[in-house]
Amino acid sequence: MSDQYSAWQLILNGDAALFAIVRLSLAVSLSAVALAALIGMPLGALLALARFPGRSVLVVLLNALMGLPPVVVGLAVYLLLSRSGPLGAMGILFTPTAMVIAQTILIVPIIAALTRQTIEDLWAEYRDELTAMDVSQTGRMVTLLWDARFSLLTALLAGFGRAAAEVGAVMIVGGNIDGFTRTMTTAVALETSKGNLPLALGLGLVLVAIVLAINAAAWGTRVWSERQVG
Amino acid sequence: MRAPTSDLPLVLDGISLQAGATTILDRLNLTIAPGPPTLIVGPNGAGKSTLLRVMMGLASPTAGRVSWGGRTASPPLRRAIVFQRPVMLRRTVAANVAYALAQAGTPRRQRAERVAALLERVGLPDLAQRPARKLSGGEQQRLALARALARDPEILLLDEPTASLDPAATRGVEEIVLMAAQSGIKIVMASHDLGQVRRLAGEVMFMVRGCLRERAAAADFLDHPTTPEAAAFLRGDLVI
Repeated sequence: MSDQYSAWQLILNGDAALFAIVRLSLAVSLSAVALAALIGMPLGALLALARFPGRSVLVVLLNALMGLPPVVVGLAVYLLLSRSGPLGAMGILFTPTAMVIAQTILIVPIIAALTRQTIEDLWAEYRDELTAMDVSQTGRMVTLLWDARFSLLTALLAGFGRAAAEVGAVMIVGGNIDGFTRTMTTAVALETSKGNLPLALGLGLVLVAIVLAINAAAWGTRVWSERQVG
Repeated sequence: MRAPTSDLPLVLDGISLQAGATTILDRLNLTIAPGPPTLIVGPNGAGKSTLLRVMMGLASPTAGRVSWGGRTASPPLRRAIVFQRPVMLRRTVAANVAYALAQAGTPRRQRAERVAALLERVGLPDLAQRPARKLSGGEQQRLALARALARDPEILLLDEPTASLDPAATRGVEEIVLMAAQSGIKIVMASHDLGQVRRLAGEVMFMVRGCLRERAAAADFLDHPTTPEAAAFLRGDLVI
């Protein structure tokens, strides 16, 4: 990517390097959202329905973890995956896989905490009916997760927004390697520090536009499907 | 699918339920056995809804013992309840009934056929693919009845199911309830509509302030109440 080109020219010219960056950013963040949803949604539903000592502490902890600093997650994953770390043998540090792992850890608490709140509210509405139908604990979780599907889209979006916007974790575990682990956020950070402000700004605008487009699409889907189902 | 065990007779033995200093149910002793519909009547706040919740096993009494077919602490095997404001699952009408059938243990390959039969029974066959939450109040109550009947209940509890319905929708619900009663399902229904009591009741349980004041055949209760509170209630006076 050359300095004398503005970001707009890159986009208009269909610059291959730029699209590779965008593609990697989306692939990493969407994979992280998918993984975090698989972990966080059942976890949140379980926490919403289960009653055990220490539950309130766990709820507070989970809510607090929503504010987990990306650099701290990055550092922790770095220590795990580095050559001398416990998982160093896997040799995945400075790969997109490591970035997905870091972002997943970052957004599991967000998705789990928002899911817990949603499911707990819905359970208040469904409690009598489901108890009268003798629905098992697992059945309740599945039923509530499915019936809350439109509200849970918001939890996914919050997770995606966090993953797409963060720079600290992917920078540390990915290493911002050109053509391999460079994402939109790390590219913006790099171009800014190089003083290439037009390119940095252009990349930033592309990032914002993509996040906006995904949110708009999700919102439209939600409104449309809610109108179908009531 | 026939469960091997029975939920009848339903026996309440010295049931009280207190919420803080308030007594909601006060030392109730009663047995519900197969027979014509029982209507629970009484002023608002008499404890009718709470009594139904205890009968269903949804509320735990603070004193006394409930048993279903001789078993205490029994999951709702052959009993079902319809609430005043039923909660519709966010899926189609047919999927709501299929869900209830699945929970009742109906084998998967029988479900489609039974869904169709149940929707026919409650008069909703044309709305099978509609989202349940888009139905009118009366249609939702019919769907709630279909879900309850999906459990193949011996006893069906109804908590003022027509309280917020217009007369046409009320008649629809009452017809389903009468049909269920004729097919041998024991009906226990709370109501504060004396016209409805006349139309449906085989016997009446009259409650005031958590106490069971009278239990009599419907005609006897309506024509010759034995307690002054019941007489006042039938006259339309406020019973406090």
